[in-house]
Amino acid sequence: MNIKSQKDFFSGLMFMCVGVAFAWGASSYNIGNGARMGPGYFPLVLGVLLSVLGGVITFKALVVETVDGEKIGSIAWRPLFFIIAANLVFGASIGGLPSIGMRPLGLIFGIFALTFIASNAGDEFNLKEVTILAFILAVISYAAFILLLKLQFPVWPAFLNA
Amino acid sequence: MELFDNLALGFGVAFTLQNLMYAFIGCLLGTLIGVLPGIGPLATIAMLLPATYALPPVAALIMLAGIYYGAQYGGSTTAILVNLPGESSSVVTVIDGYQMARQGRAGPALAAAGLGSFFAGCVGTLILAAFAAPLTELAFKFGPAEYFSLMILGLVGAVVLASGSLIKAIAMIILGLLLGMVGTDVNSGVARYSLDIAELTDGIGFIVIAMGVFGYGEIISNLSKHESERKIFVASVTGLMPTKEDFKNMVPAVLRGTALGSLLGILPGGGAVMAAFAAYTLEKKTKLRPGEVPFGKGNIRGVAAPEAANNAGSQTSFIPLLTLGIPPNAVMALMVGAMTIHNIQPGPQVMTSNPELFWGLIASMWIGNLMLVILNLPLIGIWIKLLSVPYRWLFPAIVLFCSIGVYSTNNNTFDIWMVAIFGVIGYLFIKLGAEPAPLLLGFILGPMMEEYLRRALLLSRGDWSVFVTRPLSASLLAAAVVLLVVVLMPSVKSKREEAFVED
Repeated sequence: MNIKSQKDFFSGLMFMCVGVAFAWGASSYNIGNGARMGPGYFPLVLGVLLSVLGGVITFKALVVETVDGEKIGSIAWRPLFFIIAANLVFGASIGGLPSIGMRPLGLIFGIFALTFIASNAGDEFNLKEVTILAFILAVISYAAFILLLKLQFPVWPAFLNA
Repeated sequence: MELFDNLALGFGVAFTLQNLMYAFIGCLLGTLIGVLPGIGPLATIAMLLPATYALPPVAALIMLAGIYYGAQYGGSTTAILVNLPGESSSVVTVIDGYQMARQGRAGPALAAAGLGSFFAGCVGTLILAAFAAPLTELAFKFGPAEYFSLMILGLVGAVVLASGSLIKAIAMIILGLLLGMVGTDVNSGVARYSLDIAELTDGIGFIVIAMGVFGYGEIISNLSKHESERKIFVASVTGLMPTKEDFKNMVPAVLRGTALGSLLGILPGGGAVMAAFAAYTLEKKTKLRPGEVPFGKGNIRGVAAPEAANNAGSQTSFIPLLTLGIPPNAVMALMVGAMTIHNIQPGPQVMTSNPELFWGLIASMWIGNLMLVILNLPLIGIWIKLLSVPYRWLFPAIVLFCSIGVYSTNNNTFDIWMVAIFGVIGYLFIKLGAEPAPLLLGFILGPMMEEYLRRALLLSRGDWSVFVTRPLSASLLAAAVVLLVVVLMPSVKSKREEAFVED
């Protein structure tokens, strides 16, 4: 059997899986009945509905012809990895990782780390340019978020304060 | 006249130096971010929302409304100057606007967009003020069954207006509704789908979803395109004033666009995007005057009408939100989130219990529109400079502001981990061709819908017929059915596909 639309086929599968997962999860809560709905009632109905829709989408993707096969195309691993990694490292710098005993490194460190990691997601990486960019962003953020909006962020690494 | 009393009260609130300043800052920031290609009003509002946390509620909402208009306005500028729609409602503006810019008429195109939007904004504000009171009266007649049916109508509307596959849009809404179920159930206290994570018992933050899906997802997808596809040709702007001939063509187009936009904005599921599409289609149907440039080749009407319509629509889409408490589209869903953060439950009671906020917001919408004209036409040079900033400098900054914004919502790194997950999910949605806007709407409406469904059925002792035996509820559901049937009719279906193919 040929897949006529890749995008629809896989999105249908995704909807089916998520629908089943939610419906299965709902069954562990009290369902109740129409007049007295338990916490599981509404999610169960929605979960079943979503899996049915997912099934229809998948089925259509196998049957209905499309012009170009609606290919998903290659996945942009590089930007995906670096953008998400930049975000995670920023989170770790600002909040620390208590589970492994890492203390916060602060906003300024986080901004430099984020800028350097995220910049790898693009086509070119120019060390000088990125350093300047990180510096500018750090100054702007410090002025806007710490001085002006007075958000409660650790600014400098925690070990310096101790 | 009560209307004028109310407006006077509103202007009294809005015309304080402090609130004028917030409106100004909102418009400025909104335009600043909105001008950047690929960032729509949704991402802009989500990104700038944390900036309003520290403000008093009235000021915060005024600023947010300013951000919203600014973002939309900035999107039109980008559309005209660089052939890149900054957001979906300026997709049609690109067609004729960019052609005008190529012919060296970027100035008149920008002026047409600006003046058209301003006029539409004024009308939209008046309509909003006039309809608010009677609709609020109506809202008090609504029981849980009516609210539930209204939400169904709204969601159906959102599906109908989404581009692409209908059934996928419905699935995305249901997915959104399900994500809205995560967290503690208000009735039983059971923590649903929390996976034993303490933070998840409060539910998933809507900012996390908005930023992950609309911010990170978009950035990753943009970066995956090759540099040449992102190449930007920035048209130069010489002379802003449209000619007399331009005005002659523009005025009726703006009037038509405004009327259409106001109407579509009120409808649940409507709003700026559909208004712009409909207005452009309508203009294309009207006869060309002798000597007029054809559509698609730089006709000023093709800029003025959709821009007027999208502004009128974005104005009147506040009506269902402010009177019924139901967001008609994803941007308004974000506004609900913003209001809840400031402890305001959107709905009919806002007008009576908090008239300063209500009328102040409406008055500041008009002021915001005025500021945008003042801000944009003379400052256009700055925005053009901003457009020539290379993307490789922009995207790390966007990632940074998203991260800071997410963290500052709760001062909790858990939200940063979540936004990473939703960033991956957002990119997946783009790859699978599933439009994420309906998901956000479903997410906001999910808990409300469940609550109203529960109450309606509790009152009727489990009898589902309550939704069709109560006349108001029945007519709302009938409208939803009619809407679905109309879209599925073969002739309309092909038209709809045609309309969305133009982007």
